[in-house]
Amino acid sequence: MVVQALKDQGVDVVFGYPGGAVLPIYDEVFQQNDIRHILVRHEQGAVHAAEGYARSTGKPGVVLVTSGPGATNAVTGLTDALMDSIPLVVLTGQVPTFMIGNDAFQEADTVGITRPCTKHNWLVSDTKKLSGTLHEAFHVATSGRPGPVLVDIPKDVQFASADYTPPQKARTDHYQPQVKGDMDEIQELVAALEKAKRPVFYTGGGVINSGPAASQLLRELVDATGVPITSTLMGLGAYPASGKHWIGMLGMHGLYEANMAMHDCDLMINIGARFDDRITGRVDAFSPGSKKAHIDIDPSSINKVIRTDIPIVGDVAHVLEDILKVWKSRGRKVNREGLQAWWAQIEDWKKVDCLAYTQSGKTIKPQHALARLEALTKGHDRYICTEVGQHQMWAAQYLTFEDPNRWMTSGGLGTMGYGFPASVGVQIAHPDALVINVAGEASWLMNMQELGTAAQYRLPVKQFILNNERLGMVRQWQELLHGERYSHSWSEALPDFVKLAEAFGAKGILCKDPADLDDAIMEMINYDGPVLFDCLVEKHENCFPMIPSGEPHNKMLLGEASTKDAIGSKGAVMV
Amino acid sequence: MSALKIKKGSNKHSAYNLRPTFSDTIESHTLAIVVDNEPGVLARVIGLFSGRGYNIDSLTVAEIDHQGHQSRITIVTTGTPQVIEQIKAQLGRIVPVHDVHDLTVEGASVERELALLKVAGEGEKRVEALRLADIFRANVVDSTLDCFVFEITGTPDKIDAFADLMRPLGLSEIARTGVAALPRGR
Ligand SMILES: Cc1ncc(C[n+]2csc(CCOP(=O)(O)OP(=O)(O)O)c2C)c(N)n1
Ligand SMILES: [Mg+2]
Repeated sequence: MVVQALKDQGVDVVFGYPGGAVLPIYDEVFQQNDIRHILVRHEQGAVHAAEGYARSTGKPGVVLVTSGPGATNAVTGLTDALMDSIPLVVLTGQVPTFMIGNDAFQEADTVGITRPCTKHNWLVSDTKKLSGTLHEAFHVATSGRPGPVLVDIPKDVQFASADYTPPQKARTDHYQPQVKGDMDEIQELVAALEKAKRPVFYTGGGVINSGPAASQLLRELVDATGVPITSTLMGLGAYPASGKHWIGMLGMHGLYEANMAMHDCDLMINIGARFDDRITGRVDAFSPGSKKAHIDIDPSSINKVIRTDIPIVGDVAHVLEDILKVWKSRGRKVNREGLQAWWAQIEDWKKVDCLAYTQSGKTIKPQHALARLEALTKGHDRYICTEVGQHQMWAAQYLTFEDPNRWMTSGGLGTMGYGFPASVGVQIAHPDALVINVAGEASWLMNMQELGTAAQYRLPVKQFILNNERLGMVRQWQELLHGERYSHSWSEALPDFVKLAEAFGAKGILCKDPADLDDAIMEMINYDGPVLFDCLVEKHENCFPMIPSGEPHNKMLLGEASTKDAIGSKGAVMV
Repeated sequence: MSALKIKKGSNKHSAYNLRPTFSDTIESHTLAIVVDNEPGVLARVIGLFSGRGYNIDSLTVAEIDHQGHQSRITIVTTGTPQVIEQIKAQLGRIVPVHDVHDLTVEGASVERELALLKVAGEGEKRVEALRLADIFRANVVDSTLDCFVFEITGTPDKIDAFADLMRPLGLSEIARTGVAALPRGR
């Protein structure tokens, strides 16, 4: 019955790990060939893999794990997916209904534990309700603001039989979030857009979640109006990096020109982003002179952090379509002189060249490694995942994204250990693509067991490790904010990554000389199989630009030399 | 060299919550929430309040439509206007929540709470308790030689006032239901 429901939902892959409480479902899985099951090596890996699958396809990711420890191991992944609005359907086994509450073997209060880290969850107590609940679960995960849902299925409910409820008959009418935006607000937004002297689009993961049509409409609107566009970490690729109006990522490690534009604009149009604290910096000094419009499918995102003048609740694609219609019917007006001066100002800011670095000497700079990776992989059908840390921010800065669904990173939760399993999920969904996980050595080790999965399924995922032998991001904060007291931010006793790869039947490549870098990267690309690329980089490089928390956008640190006295101790008390 | 010039030994560097409130006035609002009567729904609502640091001053819940499996939760909460708006929007996100009404802003409403108060006393105090109960239209629902149990219905303020008067007269236990509320008119 479970497998039938999954098939009817169009599921082709399930990421999972068996155990006593899900054996009946695994037995069903065994006896069919329509749904592929990918055996991970840890349940957290299953959830991140499903996230990678979901993020790179736009379809919900599906996970199957056992009760107790299987379910608790999934919690980090669920929280990650909730923070980044990734649609997932996670099925957990549970002890039989008559044993629930008795501290049975491998019993955990799974719906209780996962209530705050799922969009919704269900404990199915009756087989009659099982298939209907599964269909409802897919509906909730994918409607409105997407998110992870969990269905907990006791073992006796798995064994019993009942009539099957097809998807069309399942209960979905009670959950129907609003997708069309309010036309009055849209009119007001267009009127503001026509007059604005210094407008900016600030876009986020919501554009990507809304689907390819949203990215298409966004491109049309941006290019027709000529308004500069920046994006959050989660929204990269919705507007192409090669696009004429792209001014780069914003936020704590965003580009100087993007953050300055956010600070100085007179009209900010937030599309599917949520004024996260990594974006706003100090809230009371956030873009002080601007009128703010906010398009979001989740009403709770509006006015949560930043007061919005023009709130529009709706799905990005629907709202953008209406904006374009209204703007065109009103005569395609923009403030030409204003925009011209605004672009001149932005060009000036660009001259700061905030991502400049110098590669010299015998040590590879991490920025250089990524610049070379970018140059050598750009033409490929490429998907990028990352772990969490400095390497993640550098990847966002030095790699470019032309299309949505090509960039998988843990934004909201910042989960070290996300990237490797995510890359497994992406590669499963796109077997012929070049899937690269830009990793830090410490993050990568957090889910390194998935090397077994990559080897088993012969997934040619490329693990590009920027190995600084440090918890680099932690070290950077300790340097800048904690008086250079480097408390426990070393990666001591690191493995020999080449040998480690070989132990799993993968390929290992070590590169430490800038002169060898290009050849080594080419070797990685051309190898048909999983590769662990150990790129030894400068150990003390800091990631700039940086807005220290508690500072406004125009108080950015640009690099060691230029910023020695940029921040007083007052700014330093903020995190 | 540290770019931020923090003195060695300094430990003042953590300030996570940078959110300023848009307005500082704390308001009390009564919210009526209609939910599917399914397992865990109350835990979802309460978990939202505890997880996001909102206040619950009073909470009542009971099934109101047995056939339709619906319950009504009435919550009295306090916060700045922005926090109240957030609470309502966050409640609206919970899948089994059908409706969130802010009775405090949606026109006039009536609010009632029921309380049982046990007052132990003898002689003049016992007589005085009875007299006050009469004024407050509280009923005696149980009586022993040295104890009354009063039942009183009214606004929370009225119940507070009654309880304050009973305290010196031997109030020993109190049980309150929390507020039930409905908007006036159609
Ligand atoms: C699970 C988890 N634990 C701790 C952290 C805090 N943290 C953020 S970045 C970081 C260091 C990451 O080191 P590495 O993966 O080597 O990346 P680098 O910054 O050196 O590029 C740590 C410990 C986290 N984000 N996630
Ligand atoms: Mg590192």
